[in-house]
Amino acid sequence: MKNTTEYAVYAGKRAKKSDLLPDCLRAFLTGGLICAGAQGMSELFLSLRIAEETVRILVPMILIFLTALLTGLGIFDNLAGFCGAGTLVPITGFANAVVSPALDSKNEGLVLGLGAKLFSVAGPVILYGTSASVVWGVLYWALGQLR
Amino acid sequence: MEGNNRKSGIIRLKRCPSIIGHAAAVGKKEHEGPLGAQFDYHDATDRFGQKTWELSEGEMQHIALNLALAKAKVPADSLGALFAGDLINQCTSSSYGLLDINAPFFGLYGACSTSAEGLILASLWMNSTESGSAAVVTSSHNCSAERQFRFPVEYGGIRTPTSQWTVTGAAAFILGDGQGAYITELMPGKSIDRGITDPNNMGAAMAPAAVDTLTRYFRESGMKPSDFDAIFTGDLGFEGHSIVNEMMCADGINLSDNYLDCGLLIYDREGQDMHAGGSGCGCSASVLSAYILPKLEKGEYHDILFVATGALMSPMLVLQGQSIPGIAHLVRITKERNL
Repeated sequence: MKNTTEYAVYAGKRAKKSDLLPDCLRAFLTGGLICAGAQGMSELFLSLRIAEETVRILVPMILIFLTALLTGLGIFDNLAGFCGAGTLVPITGFANAVVSPALDSKNEGLVLGLGAKLFSVAGPVILYGTSASVVWGVLYWALGQLR
Repeated sequence: MEGNNRKSGIIRLKRCPSIIGHAAAVGKKEHEGPLGAQFDYHDATDRFGQKTWELSEGEMQHIALNLALAKAKVPADSLGALFAGDLINQCTSSSYGLLDINAPFFGLYGACSTSAEGLILASLWMNSTESGSAAVVTSSHNCSAERQFRFPVEYGGIRTPTSQWTVTGAAAFILGDGQGAYITELMPGKSIDRGITDPNNMGAAMAPAAVDTLTRYFRESGMKPSDFDAIFTGDLGFEGHSIVNEMMCADGINLSDNYLDCGLLIYDREGQDMHAGGSGCGCSASVLSAYILPKLEKGEYHDILFVATGALMSPMLVLQGQSIPGIAHLVRITKERNL
């Protein structure tokens, strides 16, 4: 191992990677469980004759609330360590990405702490998510004009 | 200082300071680990009575230093100098935490190598002044480090197998001329960058620095690893420890069974889900205080090498595509003053 790149290649090769199959399986099962639970709630609310439009807001609100609560209690990060993408991909991941910096920076004040750091993790998702939807909107409109 | 020739880099101390008092304060996970009962103080909330993680870390240093001073029977205001360091920007855990210690203060940054860096500088201080004593304090706190280097504390994500867990711990060492293990030789490390860009593989980033320091030491002292009761690297964890073994072997130096790593000793890696092991300025320091020094004092060890390793990583520079340099400082600690 004489030079820098040779060592980096050697170290990269010997480093154990995350176990993809069990990680995927856990993500599939736990993510599926969260979504099935949300669907169950949705069915329940509909059966209670709550308007569909309200149910569509109510279910994500409950998921966001539960995530915020579990994050605040210091439980969510342990759950996420097990579930991986299972908790990251549903709205739970987004909620945790907003609540955790809020908790972290509250001691630095409401404006320059919490306010400035609130979207430090979720910010890129919002930026590129909305940008992508704008681009897709323009394309959709252009395609419609061609027809 | 004798034998201070430039080629060797080994500094043989004329006045070998002894570690006349030492103490470690740790958090919950460290207390639950295999060395749990040997630490002097722990706080199950990791908060140490403070409101923020940064202040908690400072308080942990304060507790460790006061315990060590009490053991050494040295009043704080008689300390010749105080060398302290941590991982937080501007070294604030040290400077804020030790504000009320009325002693000349040096803030250090050597990432996780700070414990050995401090011991080297304090030993040199003792050799170049008339000071009766000097103190070294280092700390790391998992939550303050997570905030600064990675993600918010409560952010949920999966850690990779090579990632290490920053130790919540602080340790303090009082150097003087009384009873205790002796610091006899020093070898300051060089910062070495071998192109590792993965911030989740610090062990691989630091290993070449440990290999450099150890190889230089053995080559220039003419000693062999088996001449020592044990050789400890700072916090290379599983990955770095294996790399050092492999690279040293390729260099013709067999470290064998007496080569241990503080990052592997502090946690039960499997049981506590610690991936590659522990890291942080508090890791090697608290293991030195709770595990290594007691063995020297009891006579289970007579002669050891303590090589604290640090990854000189900046999250900003990693984002700019730069690789992570490592550093490893060596301190030889013996039971007797004269070898």
